[in-house]
Amino acid sequence: MRNRFGRISLYVIITVGALFMLFPFVWTVITSVSPGASLTTTPQLPAHPSLSPYAELFQRVPFGQVIVNSIIIAVAGTVLQLVTSALAAYVFARMPFRGRGAIFVVYLATMMIPFQVLIVPLFVEMKTLGLINTYLGAILPTIASAFGVFLLRQAMSTVPYELDQAATLDGAGHFRVFFQIMLPLIRPALATLAVFAFLNTWNSFLWPLIILRDPLMQTLPVALSSLQGQYSTQWDVLMAGSVVSIIPMFALYVFAQKYIVQGVAGTGLK
Amino acid sequence: MTLSAARVAASAESPSPVEKEISRAPRKRSTKQRAKYALTIALFLLPSLIPLLAFIIGPMIAAAWTSLHEWNLIGPMKWVGLDNYTTLLTDPGTQQAFLHTVYYIVGYLPLVYIGGLALALALNAKLKGRAVLRGVYFLPVVTSWVVVALVWRWLLNPSVGVVNWALGLIGIQGPGWYTDPAWSMPSIILASAWKDLGFVMVILLAGLQTINPDLYEAAEIDGAGWWRRLFSITLPMLSPSTFFVVVLSLINGFQVFDQVYVMTGGGPNNSSRVVVQEVYDLTFRYGQAGMASALSWLLFIVILIITLIQFRGQKRWVNYA
Repeated sequence: MRNRFGRISLYVIITVGALFMLFPFVWTVITSVSPGASLTTTPQLPAHPSLSPYAELFQRVPFGQVIVNSIIIAVAGTVLQLVTSALAAYVFARMPFRGRGAIFVVYLATMMIPFQVLIVPLFVEMKTLGLINTYLGAILPTIASAFGVFLLRQAMSTVPYELDQAATLDGAGHFRVFFQIMLPLIRPALATLAVFAFLNTWNSFLWPLIILRDPLMQTLPVALSSLQGQYSTQWDVLMAGSVVSIIPMFALYVFAQKYIVQGVAGTGLK
Repeated sequence: MTLSAARVAASAESPSPVEKEISRAPRKRSTKQRAKYALTIALFLLPSLIPLLAFIIGPMIAAAWTSLHEWNLIGPMKWVGLDNYTTLLTDPGTQQAFLHTVYYIVGYLPLVYIGGLALALALNAKLKGRAVLRGVYFLPVVTSWVVVALVWRWLLNPSVGVVNWALGLIGIQGPGWYTDPAWSMPSIILASAWKDLGFVMVILLAGLQTINPDLYEAAEIDGAGWWRRLFSITLPMLSPSTFFVVVLSLINGFQVFDQVYVMTGGGPNNSSRVVVQEVYDLTFRYGQAGMASALSWLLFIVILIITLIQFRGQKRWVNYA
């Protein structure tokens, strides 16, 4: 009896908690279809819900272009990160040589460096290369990820050596082993890294804020933050912009939940 | 990742026995084959090594060099030695920025840890629909900081926000939140905890799943109550996950920026100015690139020292059984 009571109250508490977690999203969506939401003194449900804040959003900011920018930068960054990380991870898992351990430590050490330390020199570097306001400038610093190398090396280390030895005896070189044995076997880890890389580049703020000054080149988070600078009281429009930038992430999350949770839970503690 | 990084780094130093066997093959062979092996390694490694050197390690060293100069990003650099550092260390603005950053961490960490732990314990129990509930709690984690900050600015709006309206319904006069110097930091902490709660929950859930259920059974037979089991079994067995959360939160906490930039811009009256905001402003607003580099290096050194202290101290309380 007591146990049952405890169970029910637990349910009630975490469900109420979940509603509290969800409420900000719900309120964002409601505000985004309530034109003039900022003018009312008490929060209320819209009497005449309308998509006009979205129309206004796309009129004021080149939002279509901004979405395209975000997609290009996130996809390119993710693909490149997967390629560079997988290649390096293979060396650290399967190709021993003198000094490899030291190089691996250097890779890992780069994970500790706060990005802020790099701001000034990176900005100057990109300026010298003429890459301010370009996709390339936004993407380049994200193409190598020590975290990715580390994650994929862990995955490759669990692949039994017998598999590549058998292939080697059949005359396969390292490239064949890499493409035909390793990559197919570590697909879950690749998926985890892909999801994380996409999430990070899509949501990334500080570097795009610095390198992409031209409104036509900006990514979603940067465009949203400058929108709030200009129209700080137009909450319906701001929330419409928020909804637009949340949707792709939620879609990704629904499809890739398994890999996200695996990635968060697995990397730190194994 | 930092946690296992250290352990894995040690294991990467020496190849495993099987690896040794494999690697012996190319060494016995001709110079030509050895060259081919080296070339293969280069082809695999350089696509990541070059960007790491060009965009992380190189700039890192360049920042150290810049920090010893006075420089406005355009004109010539002027050598000033350690002046930037001594100026910063005695500058009340910088000290305040560090204090605010610490304030953020001290408010944020207990909130996400205790909240995340409670959630993990609740959602570890076999409940119907727990996957959906876990999903809901995790949603803010995949949302960008800018959106989180914007949404909370709207929710906490002192005059038309829904939070103060709801507080008004139960007879509480809500504070000015991010427009009040006394409440700006708590507002940022609240939004941050909301965003990261699900992340901490998932890490602790993974930790909980590694605990052997026999321990609880034995404790229950011995008559240990819920709290006793929490403090004598769950928390000690969870210490590696806790360690991971604390290390990561401190590293990220010192770098807090996005939500501050969007929610308050460091205000009002500089009440929520944090270190990275200072670095950003020094560089792009005041054109003091040398000073900015020095401050970012100071921040890095602080993070490094705190992380090292934690790794030193972990033997006392972290249990890797």
